[in-house]
Amino acid sequence: MTSPIPATPAARPVVELAGVSKTYEDVAALRGADLLIRRGELLAIVGPSGSGKSTMLNIMGTLDRPSAGQVHIDGHDVARLSDRELSALRAGTIGFVFQQFHLAQGVPALDSVADGLLYSGRPRGERRRLAERALRRVGLGHRLYHEPHQLSGGEKQRVAIARAVLGDPALLLADEPTGALDSRSGAVVIELLYELHEAGTTVVVITHDRDIAASLPREVRLKDGRIEHDSAGASDPAALSPVPEEAVR
Amino acid sequence: MNATKELARPGGAAPPRRPRPARMKPADVMRVGGSGLRSRPMRVFLSALGIAIGIAAMVGVVGISTSSTEDLNRRLAALGTNLLTVTPGQDFGGGTAHLPVESVRMIGDIPAVESVSALGKTDAKVYRNDYIPQQETGGLTVSAARTDLPESVGAEIVDGRWLNAANSRYPSVVLGPKAAAQLGVHRAGADVRVWLGGQWFTVVGLLAPNELIPSLDSAALVGWSAAERELDFDGYPTTIYTRARESAVEDVQAILGATASPENPSEANVSRPSDALAAKQATDDALSGLLLGLGGVALLVGGVGVANTMVISVLERRSEIGLRRSLGATRGQVRTQFLAEALLLSALGGLGGVLLGIGVTTGYAAYQGWPAVVPAWAMAGGVGATLVIGGLAGFYPAVRAARLPPTEALATT
Repeated sequence: MTSPIPATPAARPVVELAGVSKTYEDVAALRGADLLIRRGELLAIVGPSGSGKSTMLNIMGTLDRPSAGQVHIDGHDVARLSDRELSALRAGTIGFVFQQFHLAQGVPALDSVADGLLYSGRPRGERRRLAERALRRVGLGHRLYHEPHQLSGGEKQRVAIARAVLGDPALLLADEPTGALDSRSGAVVIELLYELHEAGTTVVVITHDRDIAASLPREVRLKDGRIEHDSAGASDPAALSPVPEEAVR
Repeated sequence: MNATKELARPGGAAPPRRPRPARMKPADVMRVGGSGLRSRPMRVFLSALGIAIGIAAMVGVVGISTSSTEDLNRRLAALGTNLLTVTPGQDFGGGTAHLPVESVRMIGDIPAVESVSALGKTDAKVYRNDYIPQQETGGLTVSAARTDLPESVGAEIVDGRWLNAANSRYPSVVLGPKAAAQLGVHRAGADVRVWLGGQWFTVVGLLAPNELIPSLDSAALVGWSAAERELDFDGYPTTIYTRARESAVEDVQAILGATASPENPSEANVSRPSDALAAKQATDDALSGLLLGLGGVALLVGGVGVANTMVISVLERRSEIGLRRSLGATRGQVRTQFLAEALLLSALGGLGGVLLGIGVTTGYAAYQGWPAVVPAWAMAGGVGATLVIGGLAGFYPAVRAARLPPTEALATT
């Protein structure tokens, strides 16, 4: 395989992990993980608790640095970026969705979502305008001024997703997005992630739920810190889930 | 695996531009700092209260002492600070020296002197009537007064009239308010008499209390010539009162002794009564200092309260910190957020404290009948001090918040 990677940003892989390991004191959470995620993919990283999937999320999200190996996010070599630069990378390139939603009490949905661009340098009026659009996009146009305690679990997670995709990040990382939801709300959230994927967003879902993982186009199974199975067939890059050209921005 | 390794290389593509964090607008910094306060109003109120009490104490102390000084200044302005007195000192033998009889005229010749007058103490005593035992003088003095005395000392007549050429010819007396009260005299009149120096004197006038020269309050004043005629008065002035031009008071003060007693300048004591009044005011400074110190301690305790609130806030809001880091906040932005929160918190207390201090000053000044004055520097200083305290109190918690690794912050639920 000698074909060079095209220089156009659209074709630049969003995530490239090469031989990434992470050890906490003496415990190896991740051992020599190789993973390539192309723009526009929707995939699941699945594994039991302790398999290293949270560690992988943290490393892909640049919240943590690997002990060994190389990490490229949207073409940036994470090892060469300072903490400040990583923060800026997160502000512009990565969106996070958490199991616990992380919505501040007493703050209306619109403001929570607008905070998604707080560190992007965009003016407040624009943040709020985009927030309103993002909320309508996740089907919460009628809940703009509701506070977290007035929202159901599924609605809270949709607010959190709106916040994560507000700045149109190249990479959306969803950490157990359905973990705190009943199956119906969970299904709505997964459906929403599908919609984002179809609109061109790269979506990585970290989950322990094998059914959800199996339902997504690509499944990366982790066990004891190693990638046990990758349905894309890492040995054959041609099999990497093809991205419809019109979905790529 | 080989393929992935191949792809993982930074390829032939030019490396993308290094991401640069955006600056937050000051309004956003304030809004984010304030959001932490809005969600915990009770705690904010209580920790701001600590600061407010300290600032209120300090602003109140400064305000009250300024108000009282202002009151004194207004009184002095009304009384005039240009009054100088000359009294005889000790002569070489240790006895009381005499100011020369002509000293009043000589002082009057100084160009900067606006008016001059004199009192001469006599040995006569004054009684309510001739049945009172001789030793019961009640501490009252009898002095000869020149007719121009009111002009110089600012004496006011509350009843009757002052001594003049006409009424000085027969035994007439003007009483100070204390003297009048002790002698049982409530009004002036031809039928009101007191027993003075072994004969009846008619009370022709009553004086108002004199703040600048309290000794006049317990004096019975008779005409200069009447005193010489009736009371064996030696004619030497014992106190000379001089009003100098406002701009030349100190110059006049410097030459007054030599002018009054050219032969023995050291035998004349020169003083400025308004200085004595101001000095009395200054004795309250020790108490002000104590209160100011207490205010400072309250402020310190308030600052510790803010620091405590901020430390707890950082502990409680680990997941918020993690979220903000995941949204792209730099360490500096997290630090700024918590610092802004501490500054807002203490500024809130400072503002409340200044208002409280103004209230206390206004209330106390109204009670004392003073004008209420709170200097602008005290208000600005109060708010400024709280900002310094907020900065100091918030610094450590803010640094701790910024140092929190995002993964650790997000791991707490």
